Amino acid sequence: MADKNEILAGLAEIVEEETGLETEEIQLDKSFTEDLDIDSISMMTIVVNAEEKFDVKIPDEEVKNLTTVGDAVDYIANAAG
Amino acid sequence: MSRRLVITGLGATTPLGGDVPSTWRAALAGTPGAKTLQQDWVQQYELPVTFAAEVAVEPAEVLSRPETRRMDRSTQLGMVAAREAWADAGLSDAELDGERVGISFATGIGGVWTLLNSWDTLREKGPRRVLPMTVPMLMPNGAAGAISLEFGAQAGARTAVSACASGVEALIMALDLLNSGEADVVLAGGTEAAIHPLPLAAFANMQALSRRNDDPAAASRPYDVDRDGFVMGEGAGALVIETEEHAKARGATVYAELAGGAVTSDAHHITAPDPEGMGASRAVRKALASADVEITDVTHVNAHATSTPLGDVPEYVAMKSVFGSHLDSVCVSATKSQTGHLLGAAGAVESVFTVKALADRKAPVTINLENQDPEIPLDVVSGTPRDLGQGDQVAICSSFGFGGHNAVAAFSTY
Repeated sequence: MADKNEILAGLAEIVEEETGLETEEIQLDKSFTEDLDIDSISMMTIVVNAEEKFDVKIPDEEVKNLTTVGDAVDYIANAAG
Repeated sequence: MSRRLVITGLGATTPLGGDVPSTWRAALAGTPGAKTLQQDWVQQYELPVTFAAEVAVEPAEVLSRPETRRMDRSTQLGMVAAREAWADAGLSDAELDGERVGISFATGIGGVWTLLNSWDTLREKGPRRVLPMTVPMLMPNGAAGAISLEFGAQAGARTAVSACASGVEALIMALDLLNSGEADVVLAGGTEAAIHPLPLAAFANMQALSRRNDDPAAASRPYDVDRDGFVMGEGAGALVIETEEHAKARGATVYAELAGGAVTSDAHHITAPDPEGMGASRAVRKALASADVEITDVTHVNAHATSTPLGDVPEYVAMKSVFGSHLDSVCVSATKSQTGHLLGAAGAVESVFTVKALADRKAPVTINLENQDPEIPLDVVSGTPRDLGQGDQVAICSSFGFGGHNAVAAFSTY
């Protein structure tokens, strides 16, 4: 299984690139919409970039279940595992 | 309803400079904006034209990283110019009713980099890798939309798309919107970022581009007998136009008046100008009529003058038919000699030049004019800027585009 800390760090870079938020703000308990103010188009951009970075598939119907950064890290860790 | 309309803010990012002050200083000094392109793709595709006039300041230097990722280069340049114009007009902290603020922001081609990069991504990596922001980035109204969001403009965000006439047509759409009574302030302008191998190859194949690869600085030479085509440029220009009443109420500084403007179409040929310049001369006449000024009030023209063998003569013929003997008293600047041809942004940047010329009473220079074409006996400003002198005067900015579009804006001193 991939190291969740590494996934978090990689995901934070993707989110920072897309939104301009500082990587330190991208924490496991943060909600993409509520805390990070990420809209659906940005979310899809993050998903597509994460798929490429971590070599995983995140089906569109799964994206709505990824409420927090932690949800995304877990999903990527399992998919990559 | 026809109201007096004034210009209170200017913005630009061009091959001559990243803002209006630096661009204007360069335009008065006479500065060639064209350089040999350093990108790998020039050699990779063995392009027949290896130079262009790229912006002096990369937009990534002044925009945040998310902004550059979410905006096509054309929108980035438009945003840079729009922000400068907005701040220059003193609107950054003004209390405005968003429903009375409009945008009229043009482009010739739109997000061509995004379109073609996305196509490359699709073919190389598959459809999943095509970014969700692709559509709003490539659409020609992308800049108008983004700029309306930036300033909370809710009186409509319009986009003129009339090839190389787009920039001036945007001003005329702004004029119409203001005269309709539906807005008090309109930010108008145009942007283009099409220095990409595909447009370069396509324009080259239609024999429109200069091939002076060994001397890019001398390639854009309007009215010169050795002109051999235009030089592709990129950039953006923006003008804040508002009703005189609105400008006065907030104590704004006025550069000049947008006195009138007109659009006509040749219906002659899809790319070639009417050799008699009928559509162009009609646009000039209508613009002056709408401005309610006399032909003899005009002292300065910022001409379209792209430096193509085919285009420069009909524009002269059109001017001659309108102005007659008064043309001898009109000084003409062909600033594409410096900036290259900014396509859909050309008319916006050249309108900024025209307004600055009236405000500073100085017409910018035309460079590379060594042997003036005897078929074009205009009084061309070359060498040093021309002092326009005191007194009320009118200047016009003309732009013409593939499709037979003619757009002319008339400005007057204020």
